[in-house]
Amino acid sequence: MYGSRLQTLAIASVVTLAGGFALAAFYAPMDADQGFMQKIFYLHVPLAIVALGGFVFGAYQAVQHLRTGDPSRDLKSYVAIHMSLILGIGALVTGSIWARASWGKWWVWDEPTLVAFLIIFLLYCTYQPLRFSIEDRDRQARYASVFAVTAGVFTPLNFLAVRLADPLIHPRTLDSQDNLPGEMRLAFLVCLLGMALLYVTLWKFELTHKHARAQLRSLKRKLGAADAARGRSAAPEATVS
Amino acid sequence: MAAPPTIELEGLTRRYGDREALSDVTLTLEPGATLVVFGPNGAGKTTLLRVLATLLRPHGGTARVLGHALPAEAWRVRGKVGFLGHAPLLYRDLSARENLAYYARLHDVPAARVEELLERVGLADRASDPVHTYSRGMVQRAAVARAVLHDPPVLLLDEPTANLDPAATHLVDELVGKGSGRTRVVTSHDPVGGLAEADVVLGLRGGRAEIVGPPSREVGRDAIGALYR
Amino acid sequence: MGRAVSALLRKELRLELRTPQVIPAMALFGVTTLVIFHFSLQRDTVEGDLAAGVLVVTLLFAAMLGINRLFVADHEEGGFDGFLLAPVDRTAMLVAKALALTGFLVVVELLLVPAFGFLLLGPAMTFELLWKVAAILLLADAGVAIVGTLVGALAIQTRARDLIVPLIGLPLLVPVVIGAAKALAPALDAAGAGALPGRWLAILGLYDLVFGLVAYAVFDFLLED
Repeated sequence: MYGSRLQTLAIASVVTLAGGFALAAFYAPMDADQGFMQKIFYLHVPLAIVALGGFVFGAYQAVQHLRTGDPSRDLKSYVAIHMSLILGIGALVTGSIWARASWGKWWVWDEPTLVAFLIIFLLYCTYQPLRFSIEDRDRQARYASVFAVTAGVFTPLNFLAVRLADPLIHPRTLDSQDNLPGEMRLAFLVCLLGMALLYVTLWKFELTHKHARAQLRSLKRKLGAADAARGRSAAPEATVS
Repeated sequence: MAAPPTIELEGLTRRYGDREALSDVTLTLEPGATLVVFGPNGAGKTTLLRVLATLLRPHGGTARVLGHALPAEAWRVRGKVGFLGHAPLLYRDLSARENLAYYARLHDVPAARVEELLERVGLADRASDPVHTYSRGMVQRAAVARAVLHDPPVLLLDEPTANLDPAATHLVDELVGKGSGRTRVVTSHDPVGGLAEADVVLGLRGGRAEIVGPPSREVGRDAIGALYR
Repeated sequence: MGRAVSALLRKELRLELRTPQVIPAMALFGVTTLVIFHFSLQRDTVEGDLAAGVLVVTLLFAAMLGINRLFVADHEEGGFDGFLLAPVDRTAMLVAKALALTGFLVVVELLLVPAFGFLLLGPAMTFELLWKVAAILLLADAGVAIVGTLVGALAIQTRARDLIVPLIGLPLLVPVVIGAAKALAPALDAAGAGALPGRWLAILGLYDLVFGLVAYAVFDFLLED
């Protein structure tokens, strides 16, 4: 059930993302101040936005998990947060490169969006250790969902606080879409869409992978093979229907 | 109209991770009757008591206590069961009186009941000392007083007389023994004493109900002994 | 609900009075932190931004000790089970623990803020300054208490309680740090106390409200099994 749709999704995300980058490279105009380095914007901002969206999506799945008690929701929440963390690393690295290029420093504290993102990233880094430190799997799932909901609510609140904390010295060409010329905006939106598609593809791929592994294990069990001792794990297990 | 059975279990299952601590347990217990649960360590006795006390939710099957389904109506069951587990559920730095006063407030029980119970379990003279200065027997007596504080119609007792000397056993028996007039679920390792007070016997092994029924020729010491082999 | 909260609060107070553990530890740790700030900053006095930061960080770290200990007695001595067996609303536990933690923080601040005034603060402690500091800290305490109760309950059932509390608690409390530090800075300024910045009080209030609702919504899931 997962396989064919996954293939379509993968192709769509590769095409969109490649198209977006091509538009960014050749169609969008060169930035007057920053030159070619500004092109990293088309990678950095979609990475960050999709990562944050993934955290919120993980919180949504966690709410559903707490409401229904359905373990597959916990798995979805886990994979969503996991993928967002990976994209988050990408966003931090590209943001840092960009800061180096435009301000000469690898890290700038007066760029509130980046700082807020770092705080959220640090918070979500504790998601895996939290899961790992709870042995009982039902409790692990429940507590992870409580964490995911709390952190999901924290995300916008933190942005509000950090953004207000810094006087707005930098012109925010980066976030206010109004300042983007039409060609830049088109390229940016295509990149954002491509990144979102990539996220969904990775999310589905990981879910499929986990389902396949769970199915394999249950088949082995049915064949009477000695069940390999399962160590303590932070990852929820897919349920075989 | 006859009162509904106090405890009705049908296919009750509870898991910890992959392991089934209770699987497919079915039985009925009438009001005022005593169920004695036998089984080796890890057979699921404590899990059964905790499910009945609403501390653990069932994963499969149905469980009804006093006619209320668990876990949906757990809040109706709370306050109607007295639970005496291995842990006394008493704060070690507080005295027996302070502990009981705390639980009395939680259960909305008048303070006079606390003094009455302290007297009945023979702790009146030590009631103001912190619990960590008590002997094991005294802690158990204080825990018994805690369990029956709100005069619950159902008692869930995990080896209630394990640490007690004969005199203390007698004191405790008045409150939670067969003569207390309550419906009781008691775990035991002692086939002689257990069978003597049982109206229904449940023998658990590996979470499964190997024996269910009133004591009889088949449900006797030999069958219980077989659980432990 | 009220009955259960008052029962829990009385028990909490009794325990702390019987064997004072949490408050003395928090206060002592706080004073030590102030001394460490004196040496690490190599300053005899601080004011303005720096004073606000030193005070907020000291109080936050002291609060972490309190959060770590908040549920230990209930977890180790079976108080959770005893509470869950009673026919009371589980939210009572959240409310009572948050109130108890707020109380602990207030007592610790009553000791630490004067200590901070004597040891490090440049501007003299006036009545007006104290009033402002009290208002800001009370709003911050509410946020720390709510999030602390949530994180404390989350961490108590894990194998790595002492690690989980600061790892999750500190990032979650960053908005409180920002709000409290920004609001305190003008009050502690050397050039004469500035007005209370309403914007930062509003941020603190919003944080308290939002996390109060979140904690109310999810706390039950940390208790049931």
